[in-house]
Amino acid sequence: MNHIIRHRHRRWLVRGLLGCVLALVGPILGATETRADFEAALAGLDARDFADKLRAIAEVARSGDPRSETVLAAMLDGRLAVTRAGGRLVVLPAEHGDAVDVRSGAPVPGLGARQTSRVRINNRLRGVLRDAIASLRLASPDRVVRLDAARALVGGVDASSLGTLRDALEAEGDAEVRGVLEVALAMAEARSDDVDTRLAAVRAMAGSLRPEVRGLLREMGDEERESDPRVRSAARDALDAIEAEVALYGHLSSLYFGVSLGSVLLLAAVGLAITFGVMGVINMAHGEMVMLGAYTTYVVQTLLPDALEISLLVALPLAFLVAGLVGVLMERGIIRHLYGRPLETLLATFGVSLVLQQTVRTVFSPLNRSVSTPQWMSGALEINPVLAFTYNRLYIIAFSIMVLLALVVLLRRTRFGLEMRAVTQNRAMASAMGIRTSRVDAMTFGLGCGIAGLAGVALSQLTNVGPNMGQAYIVDSFMVVVFGGVGNLLGTFVGAMTLGIVSKLLEPATGTVLAKILVLVSIIVFIQRRPRGLFALSGRAAEA
Amino acid sequence: MSESPVHGSGGPGRSPTAAVLGVALVVVSVVGVLNQAVGESSALHVPTYVVTLLGKYACYALLAVALDLVWGYLGILSLGHGAFFALGGYAMGMHLMREIGPRGVYGHPVLPDFMVFLDWKTLPWYWHGFDSFAFALVMVVLVPAALAFVFGWLAFRSRVTGVYLSIMTQALTYALMLAFFRNEMGFGGNNGLTDFKDVLGLDLQSDATRVGLFVCSTMALAAGYLLARGIVRSRLGRVVTAIRDGEGRVRSLGYRPERYKLFVFTVSAAMAGVAGALYVPQVGIINPGEFAPLSSIELVVWVAVGGRGTLHGAALGAVLVNYAKTWLTGTYPEVWLFALGAMFVVVTLVLPRGIVGLAATTRAAWARRVTGASRAPGEVVP
Repeated sequence: MNHIIRHRHRRWLVRGLLGCVLALVGPILGATETRADFEAALAGLDARDFADKLRAIAEVARSGDPRSETVLAAMLDGRLAVTRAGGRLVVLPAEHGDAVDVRSGAPVPGLGARQTSRVRINNRLRGVLRDAIASLRLASPDRVVRLDAARALVGGVDASSLGTLRDALEAEGDAEVRGVLEVALAMAEARSDDVDTRLAAVRAMAGSLRPEVRGLLREMGDEERESDPRVRSAARDALDAIEAEVALYGHLSSLYFGVSLGSVLLLAAVGLAITFGVMGVINMAHGEMVMLGAYTTYVVQTLLPDALEISLLVALPLAFLVAGLVGVLMERGIIRHLYGRPLETLLATFGVSLVLQQTVRTVFSPLNRSVSTPQWMSGALEINPVLAFTYNRLYIIAFSIMVLLALVVLLRRTRFGLEMRAVTQNRAMASAMGIRTSRVDAMTFGLGCGIAGLAGVALSQLTNVGPNMGQAYIVDSFMVVVFGGVGNLLGTFVGAMTLGIVSKLLEPATGTVLAKILVLVSIIVFIQRRPRGLFALSGRAAEA
Repeated sequence: MSESPVHGSGGPGRSPTAAVLGVALVVVSVVGVLNQAVGESSALHVPTYVVTLLGKYACYALLAVALDLVWGYLGILSLGHGAFFALGGYAMGMHLMREIGPRGVYGHPVLPDFMVFLDWKTLPWYWHGFDSFAFALVMVVLVPAALAFVFGWLAFRSRVTGVYLSIMTQALTYALMLAFFRNEMGFGGNNGLTDFKDVLGLDLQSDATRVGLFVCSTMALAAGYLLARGIVRSRLGRVVTAIRDGEGRVRSLGYRPERYKLFVFTVSAAMAGVAGALYVPQVGIINPGEFAPLSSIELVVWVAVGGRGTLHGAALGAVLVNYAKTWLTGTYPEVWLFALGAMFVVVTLVLPRGIVGLAATTRAAWARRVTGASRAPGEVVP
């Protein structure tokens, strides 16, 4: 029985019987035996003869001692040394710090290059060491360590270590690690001289999405590299199948980016759907509300540098309040005087947007500010080597849908929502029923702007935070609202997602800019055909 | 039917054509003489950069008059007029690029520098013909007009109006900006067209050429003003104003509003194109920045500040706002956007009829005080 299996069995034994009275003996015995093996083997590492060293390495690896990986890695790095006085085996530090005694694990201060002599290795030993370390890691109880070790092996296995790899594969229980190991093994066997082995290797590699596999299969399909026609055609077929699958995942990935862009557009446009869709006010400063939200995030992170993990959660309500407050001030100060004059409203709010931009430029700086991403939002959900969903985008997609749902609930289920709808439908009647219409106007506008502030917090995780960031979204957001149909949240949702997905699906074929132009032009044409958008309101509301 | 109130202070009994041309001629000759004939040491000498600046203002004023024609009289707030201006500018820029000939940095006999740089071998088909000045002049008018015609035909026929139309015009110029930023378009990408040498064999850097361009711009402004004025005072202009005030009623009377709108919109775009064509040789560059939505919106504020629906107010606003811009960006660059933003807000809230409207109201109030008459019925209280 090989050493890995034995090691695993021992571990199983140690764990499985822990708690039993009988087992008390087991671990003690096992541990003592391990330590004895290990310490005996260590002495051989510094042997003069390389054959002895080779044997010692194998024994250290076989000992199952937790220190063996460190020792072997140090030896591979050339950091294993013997003190001239006392002949103690120590690991020299990689950069700074003290050397560490291998046996006791205690630091040995004040050891310089002069007091030690390094353990010499040659190329053959290096190969063996690498192999031994890989097997040790493949035998690790930690699944993540095994997976990493298996991944490191892909494409880098030479014929000598095939046996180790096969043993590891046999012992492996985890399906994912097994899969990676199989690919690693197949890639190694693909270089075999035996045609059948090569064929079997091609079959084993079929379906793997790792880029190294594709490279190897391309090589094997090449007449100059591969002599056997059966292997060539099998390799080509396998490659075609893999390429098709990769293309499919590429489309999925585009779709994901499309949904992500759609959710960003949705966040930016949903506030506009309130101010423009419900109130009929063209707010050209809407993008600047997004910017204010993003800058609020930046300020929160600057003020609370230690609380990065929760800074976004703190920033969300603050951004809503800041942008909402600016919105209420705008409504009270300017827009209120311009109801019924949409073009003038457009101009005045545009003026406000310029002032806000310049204010931010003066207060912060014209340069972009960077907002950090908390730990729980960074990284990606890896489905396979060619498809990964980044967490920040996943969170933003979920967040945008939550905002939309919250807004629907607010409009349909609350007193404020009822008043808002009443004022939109019939201002005079609402006023006669005792609703303070001007207060509702201000609150509604503030709500729309506040949602834009929330969008800013989300955007700060995707793009740079700068004075001009709002400008990038204003035209798109208006397109979404107009495309979806004014005053219709479902339309806004569908519009945003359509726009996002279509532009991202176009992008691989046409490039970013052309995709954007195509989308803009098609919306312009679409509006010509259906001036009231995708989901046009019918009846009296449409005349308003 | 007499003048509509927004027509402002044209004043009855004056011959506008003669007056406008007279003013233009006086301005041109005074500036020209002060630049060319008066010595540089003299206090009255007008330096050439000022002449070019004035020429630029004249182009802006022409653009503003073009916008006022559609905004003030047709009621269409175009947020994309900068696109027509830029297209005219590009047409002229293409001619000036061809004029460079083999004198470019790379010395290619036909291809402009940026194409050599992009490793292009032949001239794209749409660059042919621009070696002829006359062809370029036709294109200066034709390209913006054609775009306006197609866009307007689609938009007006399906009765897109108001804010929707404004946002669509903005999307139009935005899309063009993105397109012109692309190197593959063959218009110089990011850098646009620049490094012009001469026009019609005249060196663009020489004082005489610059004065000449200034004269052309001023005369074009005068001609554009007269054309616009002619349009709004004609029978057609009355229908146009009526469409602005009540499109449904005009349609009920049997007119086809979309035809009138299309005509005025196209003429206005052509005027903007001419303004752009005169602007480019004076500033020496045209790049996709001219398509930026902000430029188009800035132009709206010129008209608003001057007073929309007056034509001369638009021209006045263009000159005043741009003078303020030149001065502010030179002395307090930080303040300019604050000032521009504030202008938008103040003009819409306090001065809906602009400076010209304010002047008219003040004059009316003064007249009342002098005569002691009561306020005229129906007059709007500012």
